Amino acid sequence: MVAFLVRRLALTLPIIWIVVTLVFGLIHMVPGDPVAQMLGEGASVTEVERLRHELGLDRPMLEQYRAYMTGLLQGDMGISFRNQEPVASSILSRYPATMELAVAGTLFSLVLAIPFGVISSVRRGRLADRAIGFFSLLGVSLPSFVLAPLLILLFSIGLGILPVSGRDGFASLILPAVSIGGAFAAFTTRMVRGSMLEEIQQDYVRTARAKGLSERVVLYHHALRNGLIPVLTVIGLQMGAMMAGAMIIETIFSWPGVGRLTIQAIFARDYPLAQGCILAISLTYIFINLITDILYSAVDPRIRYD
Amino acid sequence: MTSLFRGNKLAVAGLVIVAGLIFVAVFATWLAPYDPATQQLMNRLDGPSWQHPFGNDELGRDILSRILLGARVSMRVAATVVLFSSVVGVLVGGLAGYVGGKLDVFVTAVVINSLLAFPGILLVIALVAFLGPGLDRVIFALTITGWVGFARMARGQVLKVKTLEFVEAARALGASNLRIFISHILPNIVQPVLIQTSIGMAGVILAEASLSFLGLGITPPAPSWGAMLNDARTHLFDAPHMVVFPSMALVMTVLSFNFLGDALRDWLDPKNLGK
Repeated sequence: MVAFLVRRLALTLPIIWIVVTLVFGLIHMVPGDPVAQMLGEGASVTEVERLRHELGLDRPMLEQYRAYMTGLLQGDMGISFRNQEPVASSILSRYPATMELAVAGTLFSLVLAIPFGVISSVRRGRLADRAIGFFSLLGVSLPSFVLAPLLILLFSIGLGILPVSGRDGFASLILPAVSIGGAFAAFTTRMVRGSMLEEIQQDYVRTARAKGLSERVVLYHHALRNGLIPVLTVIGLQMGAMMAGAMIIETIFSWPGVGRLTIQAIFARDYPLAQGCILAISLTYIFINLITDILYSAVDPRIRYD
Repeated sequence: MTSLFRGNKLAVAGLVIVAGLIFVAVFATWLAPYDPATQQLMNRLDGPSWQHPFGNDELGRDILSRILLGARVSMRVAATVVLFSSVVGVLVGGLAGYVGGKLDVFVTAVVINSLLAFPGILLVIALVAFLGPGLDRVIFALTITGWVGFARMARGQVLKVKTLEFVEAARALGASNLRIFISHILPNIVQPVLIQTSIGMAGVILAEASLSFLGLGITPPAPSWGAMLNDARTHLFDAPHMVVFPSMALVMTVLSFNFLGDALRDWLDPKNLGK
């Protein structure tokens, strides 16, 4: 187990380094002068030069890179150029809202996906399976920015039972979580179905049936426990992808998280803040995947020997 | 090929809609009843009528015409991105799998893993945010992330195919590596590439719509379904038709490519042979 952990960490560190380097390079991809872009038209030459100096963009590239890396190691992601706040604290203050959304979205998707996936696998080829199959393909094809307005039309405007936007208590979490979790629910349902279909054919399931156990016990106590193992990996990937999906959902629902902050930073041409947000979301994704892999190997010891 | 569609109504529906879309995309300018950019402020936010079956948007533009022209934008972006991604992905991934060794380690462990370290659409948004919006940048950003899927798939397939007897036979006959790769291996991985192409089209259309929805994609006044949905957001109360029709166009398009991809996968899956 320790050897596995060490190997897994050794694989992650270079990836983190590459991601940090790519994010550092983003500002240098801006066509023309990034500083002039940030200040917009009408900025004087002295203003441009001052901001360039403040951002350190007048120094040689290697020195900038070294300063960026040392800063990051000390938790310094630079200063937001619009509101003059440290980028790290701007992100940290909005981080809990995004995590709340990602966790709620994941929970919603699992609550739907596990039972429907199991039903679909058990009733393979029957009407229930085909109906679930159709709706999960529909769900996969339904982007969150289509689902969200439709849900708002129905539940906020039509029925008037859920708030349109903002973050104020449990009720305000429901629509964003359903919108962000919808497509993942559909995807995970397909995953659970596939995984259960494989498990049902295993010898231990036949043994359990031969012992005379009820079908419910065989399915939920024996097959599902193993069938959910591959799903675990997907849950990790999903939660990470939700951090990216949060950019859209948080914008629609005015949810005060990192996703909305990213989009606001992009539109304000606040490049240091945008870089910080992109880095924070990517690192969270890498971290969640690392945790998932470790959990995965704890649940299924076969993985460690691959 | 007929067995692909026999008894699979969803695949047929997918194919018909995709064919229709291609037709609409090619002939959009002739099919559209109005100029998609012409503003008729008198008809601002009007609901569906005989003159404007899908209604008008906040500037009085005809939504039907904008959806038809939007199909052209979506299909153009998707087809270009999928073409570039599949060529780059299959060549890079395929060569990595075929050559193996250090090249394989570099491509998979360094390049592919780094690109996959960014979740979902984040890298695309990051690239477009810093490069600036516009059709060519959107295509560039989507290709940078899109080829990875093809590369992974091609690598896996090549690893499987290169151990088969006919490759060995070709080598025994004195065929060069290049010849083996191009005339023996590539033709044998075409089927999974096709599946990936269909699903990739769906993915790119969604991604382009997401970018345009956020205001980072196709620049106005060019019609894009994502941008139309973004405009509609502020008029949910007074003009819900602005949401409904572009949503339907987008979902139907993505769904039909997914239906096709799914049908192809089932059809090409060896487990389903003889069924």
